[in-house]
Amino acid sequence: MKHEAPNIDWAGLSPVIALLGGAIVVLLAGLLRSRLVRERAVPFLAIVAFGASLGLGIWQWGEDAQVFIAKGSQATLAFDELTLMVTFIVAVAGIATVLLSWRALAPREAAHGEFYALLLTSAAGMVAMAGAQNLVTLFLGLELLSVPLYVLCATEMRRERSLESGLKYLIIGSTGSAVFLYGLALIYGATGGTDLREIATGAAGEAGGDVLLLTGIGLTIVGLGFKASVAPFHQWTPDGYEGAPTPVTAFMAVATKAAAFGAMLRLLDVGLIDAQPDWAPLLAILATITIVVGNVGALGQSSLKRLLAWSSVAQAGYLLAGVVVASSLGVSATVFYLAVYTMMNLAAFAVIVARERETPWGDDIASVAGIGVSRPALAWPLTISMLSLAGLPATAGFIGKFYLIDAAVDGGYTWLGIVIVIGSMISLAYYLRVVAAMWMRAEVAAVSATAQPRLAGADPEAERPQWELYLVAIAAGAATIFFGVIPSPLFDLATAAGRSLGLL
Amino acid sequence: MTIHLSILLWLPAAAGLLGMLAPRALGRWIAVAGAALTFAYTVVLIADFDTGARGLQYVTDETWIAELGIHYKLGVDGLNLMLVGLTGLLFLASFVWLALTDWERPGQMVFFFGLAESSVLGALLAQDLALFVLFFDLMLVPFFFLTGIWGPPATRIAAITKLFIYTLVGSLLMLTAAIALGVLSAQQGGGDLTFVLSDLARVRLSEGTQQWIFLCFAAAFLVKMPAFPLHGWMPDGYRNMPLPVLAVFSGVLSKVAAYGFLRVVTPLLPDASVHFQELMMLLALASILYGSAMAFTTTDVRLVLGYSSVAQLGFIVLGIFSLQGDGAQGAIFQAVNHGLVVAPAFVVVAALALRAGGSEDVRDMGGLAFRAPVLAAMFLIVTLATLAMPGSANFVGEFLILFGAFNSKIAIAIVAFTGVALASVYALRLFIRSMHNRVGADAVSRELTLREGVVLVPLVAVVLFFAVYPQLALDRSERAATQSVRVAGALAHPEETRIAQEQPTP
Repeated sequence: MKHEAPNIDWAGLSPVIALLGGAIVVLLAGLLRSRLVRERAVPFLAIVAFGASLGLGIWQWGEDAQVFIAKGSQATLAFDELTLMVTFIVAVAGIATVLLSWRALAPREAAHGEFYALLLTSAAGMVAMAGAQNLVTLFLGLELLSVPLYVLCATEMRRERSLESGLKYLIIGSTGSAVFLYGLALIYGATGGTDLREIATGAAGEAGGDVLLLTGIGLTIVGLGFKASVAPFHQWTPDGYEGAPTPVTAFMAVATKAAAFGAMLRLLDVGLIDAQPDWAPLLAILATITIVVGNVGALGQSSLKRLLAWSSVAQAGYLLAGVVVASSLGVSATVFYLAVYTMMNLAAFAVIVARERETPWGDDIASVAGIGVSRPALAWPLTISMLSLAGLPATAGFIGKFYLIDAAVDGGYTWLGIVIVIGSMISLAYYLRVVAAMWMRAEVAAVSATAQPRLAGADPEAERPQWELYLVAIAAGAATIFFGVIPSPLFDLATAAGRSLGLL
Repeated sequence: MTIHLSILLWLPAAAGLLGMLAPRALGRWIAVAGAALTFAYTVVLIADFDTGARGLQYVTDETWIAELGIHYKLGVDGLNLMLVGLTGLLFLASFVWLALTDWERPGQMVFFFGLAESSVLGALLAQDLALFVLFFDLMLVPFFFLTGIWGPPATRIAAITKLFIYTLVGSLLMLTAAIALGVLSAQQGGGDLTFVLSDLARVRLSEGTQQWIFLCFAAAFLVKMPAFPLHGWMPDGYRNMPLPVLAVFSGVLSKVAAYGFLRVVTPLLPDASVHFQELMMLLALASILYGSAMAFTTTDVRLVLGYSSVAQLGFIVLGIFSLQGDGAQGAIFQAVNHGLVVAPAFVVVAALALRAGGSEDVRDMGGLAFRAPVLAAMFLIVTLATLAMPGSANFVGEFLILFGAFNSKIAIAIVAFTGVALASVYALRLFIRSMHNRVGADAVSRELTLREGVVLVPLVAVVLFFAVYPQLALDRSERAATQSVRVAGALAHPEETRIAQEQPTP
């Protein structure tokens, strides 16, 4: 048999090519000795690569490109609207992460080129994972996403917490991958196909009784649950978030979640759609547990990064509601909320980075006390972010939650809608604590300059917030308000993404 | 289709934003000017209102989020007209009060206060359920900052967090209930998803569905009022709000909750309203008795007013759930009246505290009337209006409410009558103990200052105006109030409706 190379739609693949090409260029440029190149040009090139990926994604919007079509089989990677929405989210998060880490410690310790190359590679993995229509591609995407992130978590090499975070993420992430892979194998065994549409045909009509298939579905959900921080597979999240360099945490929180949910939507709503009556109740229970665990876990936290880690667990629970109902409305609502979640989290993380550089309190809540008076340009974005995460009106978070509850009620899961609002009630207790600290408490004066030893090699210039941090914080905060008042543009994108899976 | 209501709605927030950005000395006056303009707008609205017309007037209707069927629909009818006027008046008075007092960070204060006025107006004007819920929840956000930043430092954060979470528990349940109402109506009616109130009223959901949705809405509204078992946030909240803020919080926000019952619950959920009629009337009764009893035992002046509000709001709920036209009309009128008397009462509280050495405890007061006849006279007018003296507008309101209650549940109405007597006990007790009696240890009797008078006198003048001419409000609200409880009332009292139908219309 003569082997034929698969037919590749280069235009459709271009968003990923931009990311991977960018990774290579950045890696090579980082080898140059000039400080100017390494500290200025390399981050700039990384932004260009993310920007190019974003632009090419916009160019490919509506094309529904199917790439990697080997002869006689189906495309393994689809660049439909769902994939492109995830690409947009990942690219925006990537640009913000590069800006946040530009003058940070992490890239300097990890040699600039490597840091940004890993970031871009991970982003490429995320896009591939969201677009994967084949179990093998899906797993490749997952690993491409995860391995660079394990390294990135540990890039502040002289800080114990950072290394701990990297190691913890590596061990638990690998366990998740193993479970996921085992689940994929069982699904393949039960249905005889690796392509999602073949699986759908193979699974039709026999889901209820097929133990093999059901176990496979369960294990894949668990595997994706590790990545998306779904309880009870969330234990790595607080430690991982707290220990990783803050810009990396921001990227992990936002982009990984988008990719994991993109993959979950496609796997469950295309490949396993006929088994929906079997997995939906299981997923709804997981969502409930996640919402409760995440919100209760966040209550006592005084580290802002840990607080956001637990809140990201809770938000994953809200997002699951859109997956459970398996309707195009649910997909749209999930995608909409992922986009909104990106904005509000980036605003929060930008402020945390700014205050980490400015105060000796690190990411403790004391670092933002009183900034309503001293730094209103940082206080407003963080306030908007907290109120939006809590789902208060006039922010995009309110509309997002409205959409998710709408999808849940429409799909017959009204009780899940009530669970979501009960979670929001609990969440007010910790989000409001941050808002109260900013506006209603006095700034905590630094005890002495030696309260915390400075890290060796720290650049004194990097100890006050620079314009790029303000830019990210204010842009993300403004976007959160903008899409809370004029959500229609985002709705159009989300609705298109919802339709792309061919659901009702 | 007019733009007037949109201007009215956003003017205060815009003026507040300008006030925050403007130089320090100028900022607060820009905000006051914005509030004055808003109030002028509401006066013109009331004067220009067509009493004879059915349905909404000055309607603005734009599609806001097509995918979710949410419209930006605003409108005025008899239900909200006078409450919009009340909002304009009380916020103007409080804005002037704020501007005449020195605060830290005045710019931020006027911004949050302007945002508060816009969100209250939004909740009153919204004719789309999703928009109503949005504004209803948004109302609370500025008050979080207003109390948390400018309240007494020791307790403010704990108090406002408690208030915020407590009241949002109800509001968030209402969010799910509202979405379910829209989605299930669309599924049952077969149309597209819509949250416009007039469209929702066309579909009647099954009774079981109506009941759980009713309970969620009732939770939101009863907490906000507050009504008897759900008032836990009230004492701490009242003690920690700056007085100008508390005047509008007590005067207006609780009324939005009462209004919500008439705007959303009785027209859209008539079967559930009948099903829970007795429960709601009993809760109202409990609020009247409990609020009155607490009001004449507590010594904190703010809490006397707070608990009297619980009692007054009890009367309003009683009127609404009599499911009679008279009762509903009385409820709307009483909502306006209560707002009109409680706001000047808080101005008086501020004046009393100033003269009693900063204490807000009634035991430290006394004898304040001796050298302050004008202040005493103003306070007396407010007191008499609070206890619904015949001749006051409150008397008319309470009369209509009890009339409605008598026609539906006579036993409850008879017990509720005692509330009228109790009101005179706590209102007169407050007046006598602060104005007469022995002069308190640190109390100094001083006449009303110009600053206090600027805020207090116009408010008292409006109270007097409504005492003389209650028809201004009654004529305008009659048709809409009757309409709001018509379906539910017909279900609750089928025989009366039949008699009414049998009588030939002349």
